[in-house]
Amino acid sequence: MAKITFVLADGTRHEVAAKVGATVMRTAIDNAIAGIEAECGGECACATCHVYIDPEWTAATGKPSEMEEDMLDFAYDARATSRLSCQIAVTEEMHGLIVHVPERQA
Amino acid sequence: MPETHETDAVIVGAGPCGLFAIFELGLLGLRSHIVDILDRPGGQVTELYPDKPIYDIPAIVQINGDELIEQLVAQCKPFDPQYHFNQMVQTLKRRDDGRFEMTTDDDLTLIAPVVVVAAGGGVFQPKRAPIPGVEDFEGKSVYYSVRNKETFRDRDIVIVGGGDSALDWTLALEPVAKSVKLLHRRPGFRAAPDSVAKMKGLDEAGKIEFRIGTVSSLNGNDGQLESIDVELKESGETIHYPCDGLLAFFGLTMKLGPIAEWGLRLHEERIPVDTERFETSEPGIFAVGDIVHYPGKLKLILSGFHEAALMAHAAYSVVHPEERLIHQHSSSSSALQQRLGVI
Repeated sequence: MAKITFVLADGTRHEVAAKVGATVMRTAIDNAIAGIEAECGGECACATCHVYIDPEWTAATGKPSEMEEDMLDFAYDARATSRLSCQIAVTEEMHGLIVHVPERQA
Repeated sequence: MPETHETDAVIVGAGPCGLFAIFELGLLGLRSHIVDILDRPGGQVTELYPDKPIYDIPAIVQINGDELIEQLVAQCKPFDPQYHFNQMVQTLKRRDDGRFEMTTDDDLTLIAPVVVVAAGGGVFQPKRAPIPGVEDFEGKSVYYSVRNKETFRDRDIVIVGGGDSALDWTLALEPVAKSVKLLHRRPGFRAAPDSVAKMKGLDEAGKIEFRIGTVSSLNGNDGQLESIDVELKESGETIHYPCDGLLAFFGLTMKLGPIAEWGLRLHEERIPVDTERFETSEPGIFAVGDIVHYPGKLKLILSGFHEAALMAHAAYSVVHPEERLIHQHSSSSSALQQRLGVI
């Protein structure tokens, strides 16, 4: 189990329990976090599970792969901390992870 | 140049299910014209996963997306389908003689007693550029596609994107435009390496300017761009580029589009059909594939294949209401085999 906090665009914080091995996207969908759409169901074929990783957690979550970067080209308001949440598998080390949900998806 | 064709069936969408619909209709001696917004057949398969392996086509252990489409095109070739690409069906109405008349945005008119909507997830449309205020300039000086290169002659244009569309148009418009700037948010490109190399060559020669950054603001009046502000990635500084046109290539998205205006009963952006005929709420208009809705519907290519087979039999009764269709098998029927051209 790892604790993840989703921070919505309006500042609302949702702290949820995440299964280790599940993706951050799946954790968000299972916990009905608003603002994460995941149109392609986690296949890295869209950019609608787009999130910003809190700067303190970018080292723990790592950098996007080339394929993920390709899809991030289509994300709304892509920034340096952008990731596709379907490409991040939760680990024990991510306990306490903070993820910011963009104000809209592409 | 306006064109009109009359046929047995008009198929809206040339993805895998539309292609197999050509085949099933063809086996029964019905001719089709097929319309698609993309420039080639394949629909979602070609657009979203051409080189990914598919494992759930019956009798095929593994096949890549574009190979599947190639096979489907070959399979229906004996029936001489007429393809109309780079356009979408816009209007649909029923004529006094009972047949449907459709027009596309490329001045094509198609008349047929049967329509098959195989529109998948919806018509592919360019994604709106994620730049604040872009709507104010769309249709006037912000473009998502190029119909005619001459539109950009002697203009100062900016192209945004990192895929084949952005690179291809950078290369194609460089000789036509007064100046071309290419912007992409990162140094890596999705486009063909050869195109990227050619673009870099043009940049080095000073014929275009390539910068890594994002557009932060569009400036202009009454829909006419005068300049843009670009935030450069490396330095974080913002620079100001005068320009009079912006071409944005941020990929495609699927929208229900004109289908929503045809008077069909819809259920949450999909078309309910019965599972005996795959007919919509309008007699003579059928639907197959991802676009349909019915209890238990699965969005699988193999489901669309089955739907096309049943639809074709029902379509036959619309085109030939006086005749009774005797079901035949391709392995034993000389009539079917003659139609296929194998005997």
